[in-house]
Amino acid sequence: MRRLVAALLFMAWSNVSVADNHGGLIMHRSMQTFPEAMLALQTTIGEHGYKLSRVQRVDIGLTKSGYKTDKYRVVFFGKPSEIRAVKHSEPQLIPYLPMKVVIFSEGSETLLVAADTSEYSKLVKNQHIKDLLVRWNNDIHSIFSDVK
Amino acid sequence: MPFSLRSILKPGLLLLASLLYYSPAVQAAPSGKLLYGMHCASCHGHNGKGGMGVPLALDSFQGSVSDDYLKKTIRFGRPGRVMPGFTHLSDAQIKAIVKHVRSFSSATPLQDSGLLVSGNVKRGKELYAQRCASCHGANGEGGKGTGVTFSRPRDLPIIAPGLNNSGFLSAASDSLIKSTLMNGREGTPMQSFLKQGMTEQDIDDVVSFIRSYETRTATKTPQKNPDEKAVIIMDSPHDLKTTIAQVKSAAVAKNFRIIRTQELEQGLVEKGKENKNEVIVFFCNFETLNKVLAIDPRLGLFLPCRVTIVEKAGKVQVMSINPRYLSALYNNAELDAACDEMYNTYIEIIEEATL
Repeated sequence: MRRLVAALLFMAWSNVSVADNHGGLIMHRSMQTFPEAMLALQTTIGEHGYKLSRVQRVDIGLTKSGYKTDKYRVVFFGKPSEIRAVKHSEPQLIPYLPMKVVIFSEGSETLLVAADTSEYSKLVKNQHIKDLLVRWNNDIHSIFSDVK
Repeated sequence: MPFSLRSILKPGLLLLASLLYYSPAVQAAPSGKLLYGMHCASCHGHNGKGGMGVPLALDSFQGSVSDDYLKKTIRFGRPGRVMPGFTHLSDAQIKAIVKHVRSFSSATPLQDSGLLVSGNVKRGKELYAQRCASCHGANGEGGKGTGVTFSRPRDLPIIAPGLNNSGFLSAASDSLIKSTLMNGREGTPMQSFLKQGMTEQDIDDVVSFIRSYETRTATKTPQKNPDEKAVIIMDSPHDLKTTIAQVKSAAVAKNFRIIRTQELEQGLVEKGKENKNEVIVFFCNFETLNKVLAIDPRLGLFLPCRVTIVEKAGKVQVMSINPRYLSALYNNAELDAACDEMYNTYIEIIEEATL
């Protein structure tokens, strides 16, 4: 609840919209190094009540195949009950589940990218799921705000 | 549903935030630094040193553009070149961002004369082909590599802008283009063409040719095909186990490596309690992965490739994201071909698996 209050007041004070997106994507730059940002991301995902299901180490696969890349990971997460609700009600969204964040380093800073899940709400009919997708979007903003 | 304090407070807080958001007192004093941090820093860097976006702190950049150019660039963006148009920001907010951007450099901003340049378009076309096309593209489409960050190998912090871009043409006045051609931009490959032997008349001709893109081939915002579905779904005539095996076999036949096969709920629920009838096959061709991440590293959001196989009430379906549907999210025209290729690959794999 405190997070919600802080996030809402911050958004109101900063005079920016809730969904400040880049064409359906949410992007944030953390001034932390990759390991620090990754740790902060995993911590805040948990603090927001989500379960981290897997970290895909894309950079490892690329490097082993002989390609140059800086640190590049995909973090998968979700709340089991919510994932099941979406699967049950809107099975066409299954390929987009669970939620994920791409995190990659850029020098001494770190970039984070996620899909604006509220965009998916246009694809669904169930109002509960629509609301859920909007909340996921707000949670991602809040999670990114913590990583900063 | 249980009645809780939270259920009352949450809508109340949303209302409070909305009231604050639309409050004239708040609207009256936008913070450029804060707005920049929210909207611009992810691409341009907190200190304007660049990344996916132009290095705004570069003195030669700041000295060669006017405030009006920056404002219009923020407002209209660069269709198809990653930079979005911030149509939802107020004029006061954009002005505040520009003021903050100006704090990155002590260079004196270009004072735009507003004068229109009148040159020979035909001659300008010839000069453009000789002097400009190698960096800006034969048709003014700009340098390749839009969307690339320093997470990937990269030679320069700046990519030659797309001169035929409708956003660029809206933002850049004739005198701004002329000034850039005459003076160049120190610290970038853009040289002074006066120093390279061109006359002012030559430069006027090139400016007129660039301006003529407005009526010929200016790029527009990539439009999402309204008929494009968000997902690719096909029914399988086989059982779940056979379909999974067929998906893997089809992916391998397309030169992909199977990374892993897992239940969708793996890692989310207690081990052993996953729904066994929802399985994801992850596969990757690292050469292709490297290629698309070099076009736009944000595409990793939908990579590595994955196909989900679901059995429900005895019916097996194979599904994946639709890359064509997603490409419009990125405002990056360079991605379109890659997304088309990915789309065709998904279709071929899923068709093969469901034969």
